[in-house]
Amino acid sequence: MEFGIVELSRLQFAVTVMYHFLFVPLTLGLSILVAIMETVYVMTNRPIWRQMTKFWGMLFGINFVLGVATGITMEFQFGMNWSYYSHYVGDIFGAPLAIEGLMAFFLEATFVGLFFFGWDKLSKVAHLVVAWLVAIGSNFSALWILIANGWMQNPVGAEFNPMTMRMEMTNFFEVLFNEVAQAKFVHTVSAGYVTASVFVIGVSAWYLLRSRHIELARRSLTVAAAFGLASAFSVVLLGDESGYSATHSQKMKLAAIEAMWETHDAPAPFNLVGFPDQEARETHYAIEIPWAMGLIGTRSLTTEIPGINDLVATAEDRIRSGVIAYDALVEIRETREATDPAILAQFEDHSADLGFAFLLKRYVDDPRDATEEQIIQASNDTVPQVWPLFWAFRIMVGLGFGFIATMAYFFYRASFKGMNFPRPALHLAVWMIPAPWIAAELGWFVAEYGRQPWTVDGVLPTAMSVSALSMTEVALTLAGFVIFYTILFIVEMGLMLKYIRKGPYEDVEATEAWNKRHTDRLSGRRNADAITRPDATPAE
Amino acid sequence: MILHDLMSYELLRVIWWGLLGVLLIGFALTDGFDMGVGALLPFVAKADVERRVAINTIGPVWEGNQVWFILGGGAIFAAWPPLYALSFSGFYLAMFVVLAAFIVRPVAFKYRSKREDPRWRATWDWALFASGAVPALLFGVAVGNVIQGVPFHFTDDLMPIYEGAWYMKFIGLLDPFSILAGLVSLSMLIMHGSAWLTLKAEGKVQTRARAIGSIAALVAVGTYVLAGLWLAVGVDGFATVGEVVTDGPSNPLHSEVARTSSWLSAYADRPWIAIAPIMGIAGGLLTFLGLRAGREVSTLLVSKMAIFGVISSVGLTMFPFIMPSSSDPQSSLTVWNSSSSHLTLFVMLVATVIFMPIILMYTAWVYKVLWGKVTEEDVTDNSSSLY
Repeated sequence: MEFGIVELSRLQFAVTVMYHFLFVPLTLGLSILVAIMETVYVMTNRPIWRQMTKFWGMLFGINFVLGVATGITMEFQFGMNWSYYSHYVGDIFGAPLAIEGLMAFFLEATFVGLFFFGWDKLSKVAHLVVAWLVAIGSNFSALWILIANGWMQNPVGAEFNPMTMRMEMTNFFEVLFNEVAQAKFVHTVSAGYVTASVFVIGVSAWYLLRSRHIELARRSLTVAAAFGLASAFSVVLLGDESGYSATHSQKMKLAAIEAMWETHDAPAPFNLVGFPDQEARETHYAIEIPWAMGLIGTRSLTTEIPGINDLVATAEDRIRSGVIAYDALVEIRETREATDPAILAQFEDHSADLGFAFLLKRYVDDPRDATEEQIIQASNDTVPQVWPLFWAFRIMVGLGFGFIATMAYFFYRASFKGMNFPRPALHLAVWMIPAPWIAAELGWFVAEYGRQPWTVDGVLPTAMSVSALSMTEVALTLAGFVIFYTILFIVEMGLMLKYIRKGPYEDVEATEAWNKRHTDRLSGRRNADAITRPDATPAE
Repeated sequence: MILHDLMSYELLRVIWWGLLGVLLIGFALTDGFDMGVGALLPFVAKADVERRVAINTIGPVWEGNQVWFILGGGAIFAAWPPLYALSFSGFYLAMFVVLAAFIVRPVAFKYRSKREDPRWRATWDWALFASGAVPALLFGVAVGNVIQGVPFHFTDDLMPIYEGAWYMKFIGLLDPFSILAGLVSLSMLIMHGSAWLTLKAEGKVQTRARAIGSIAALVAVGTYVLAGLWLAVGVDGFATVGEVVTDGPSNPLHSEVARTSSWLSAYADRPWIAIAPIMGIAGGLLTFLGLRAGREVSTLLVSKMAIFGVISSVGLTMFPFIMPSSSDPQSSLTVWNSSSSHLTLFVMLVATVIFMPIILMYTAWVYKVLWGKVTEEDVTDNSSSLY
């Protein structure tokens, strides 16, 4: 494949979004774990829980700030690198992004400062409320981002307007309650919860292996195992729900993940492993589980799932139909309000396939001039590269089941064996820390790479979505991002490790002393002791 | 979905034009003092503890303030998609520089005081300075370019094309008028940052902030007036031609636009808009007096008034133009040809009406909780938990 502006822009998007998603899952999960810990502190008033809240809160802060910094890039690079996309679907896609800012990001960003700076200025309960608002804000953010992304996978509630040459919203509630978006939201935040749980378990295990901060580590591990177990179940179940909804909304992605070339009699088998061959359109050495695919994908024994070859044939029909729509569109653009009703009717009949005609724009400027060969080529383009999807999906699912097993084990040890963990298990927990990040990145890879060649499935091809930029510009900014991000990553990891090594920075007596002063201050009874000592959170 | 028909498309467009202004002004009023403090940092604070005082005056709030910027981006995307597509890809390299600043700044706040090493801290201080001063300058430069018109056109498919070589998307922006506009915004935000530091800091930091801020206020007023005079004689304006359809489809190719001798003819057509520049100039002068007199709360308020006046004067003067094209005036973006659909504007307005008051309420509460000065004792006593 020729490497041009489209590929370079895609590379930039992939780099920046995958980098952003190194920080997001931990923010999603750790914000809730910290809020849970603070809740226990406020309910029991035991200083260890405050210590835990502040310690994990500190790590949360180091991570959060990079999530914010890299998220800004995401909000702006649609316009920078994908300006035709922005024009074409901004009417629908922009709304959830803006509402995310209004409803979620303002909430988390405004209160996160108070979370770190407000310990001395707020009552315990007020501070707890602040912690929960940060957690809720972060998670609402994910909701709106996934509504936007869900629409790219399954563009409902919108139609093409020939007068404005773009997609326009027809029903906000369809966009909002898009089944793909809802399943993806729960799947994604659950993945974040699993990530944070694995992180907390891993760091706690590291302390236990070194016999440091044992009280803090055991309790943290227990909370994280319980939270992580529920989340690991949720992430797998909702992943399955995503697969089910893909059966009717994203047939090609599903078939590609499955390396299912031919339509199989219902119920189709599931390829456990195998070696997909894109050229020959078959999968070598496949090990099949009979019926499994049919059951997962359709939840029935009689519904067929179309294979890749049949889907390519459908795409070819839709390209031909799209060209008819395009022909009418050109006429409408010329004549505007005075358009012949017959032309309008022609457009109406075929407008759903307009996006397929745009697939031809890779080969010809005017889709109406396309040759037979180019139409065949364009219909073959609708098949994404199968083997990366096939394997990425299987590794992700394997890790998912691995998380369930690990979490169940730690939960069992914590609940029924008196928080006594064998050393090999603790070692495993430390080594497992990167695993949820791998699973999360692979998950996004499957979702986005599996949608190619489209940015918006069936509506707008990726090749048409880019800005009119030169290679130099995009290469320059890509290099800039890579340099920036690499430096920031090294700095972040350095600080993270420094603060994990250092451990919780306040001891229990100091917390109790703070607790007493704080209570006195809030009730307005400043005694001599409080005046001679600084009214402050105890330092190291 | 018929509720949206309750409000006319025309009215919704005007409201969203106003909200665009509200977002830009909200950003300048809140994040503006963060950028100002960043730009002032090396000059108002010399010793490490002074630096930390200055940084911690904005420490707990910059994150929330920065959301105005992000929300601005999101709202332009949702309400004015062609503007979003065109301006972000057109000002490509300048946009990247701004982005870089907004990526580095949060990290600099958070990480600066996490190590004792003076070199580490000096590096981040430099980052805070640059990430405050550079965007403050570039925002004005961008406005200067928009006022003069930007070289772009739309293809038949409505693909926005910014004309000229790639490096012109940065160097080409730096013409004399735009640099002057950049100086207006830079000095204005330094003035605003000084007003904030006057309120939140004491001692040497406050004294220096007042001294620099009062100069910045005069510079802001001077450059603003100069830019106004320049507009009167040296910059051509734009005007719509013929009957303007205010509720038609958002297609920039459907309108007719001509050049006029000056933007300032708007003040003859709508004399009441003169209130905006008057507020800008008066606000700047009052800030100067307030800083000299050492008033704290009222100085911040008049500084806000100045910013409000200056930014709204640009929008009001150019109305209905949002982004005129210098090379192909027909492609110019106006309030009437570059909005989202009727339904989307309505849905977004409902969301804004619900959430904006809530945001303003809790933001006010957070500022109230954090009310009071940041002192050197605060910083030394909370060395590990503050920035």
